Amino acid sequence: MRLGRVIGTLVATVKPDAMKGLKLLIVRPLTADLRDDGDPFVATDASAQASSGDLVTWEAAREAALLHDPWFIPVDHAVVGIVDQHALESPERAR
Amino acid sequence: MILGRVLGTVVSTVQHPYYGGRTQLLVGAVLPDGTLDGTRYILALDMVGAGVGETVLVEDEGNSARQILADPKAPVRSLIVAIVDEVQVNASGEA
Repeated sequence: MRLGRVIGTLVATVKPDAMKGLKLLIVRPLTADLRDDGDPFVATDASAQASSGDLVTWEAAREAALLHDPWFIPVDHAVVGIVDQHALESPERAR
Repeated sequence: MILGRVLGTVVSTVQHPYYGGRTQLLVGAVLPDGTLDGTRYILALDMVGAGVGETVLVEDEGNSARQILADPKAPVRSLIVAIVDEVQVNASGEA
């Protein structure tokens, strides 16, 4: 998993049948000490409750598809959970 | 597998049910001499009771993770699978 920030949501009417009912979030990847780390991507929400502004964990590739039920769906990024608490031993050393 | 150091903890309440009750730790990748490489990190599930500051081995591949978890549908990619006692590298860095 990696850390990310939900920076928006997305609605699509025309999409694959297997994606019907899935919430789509725009997620910006973050470093271990919560700085921006690359370009945002669109992810489905496997935590069910993530919304704009939330600090989240996310997974990519096959694991993203496995987060859903049924799992064999065409999804390449998914939000796993919402982070309540993030504690780093030393933010400087994480860079 | 990736050699890393446990940098901190991440706690989520709202998350995918598979992750409930499991400990997730922030692990920074380290070079063989033990210094943090400074950019790569993984948020991994802890299988061995690792603590902050310890050097660990992280399995960062989904199929391996599913074998260790003994669940072919586990939506998990990264696991802390070992606590490293000692690393030996030749001075030249060559075999």
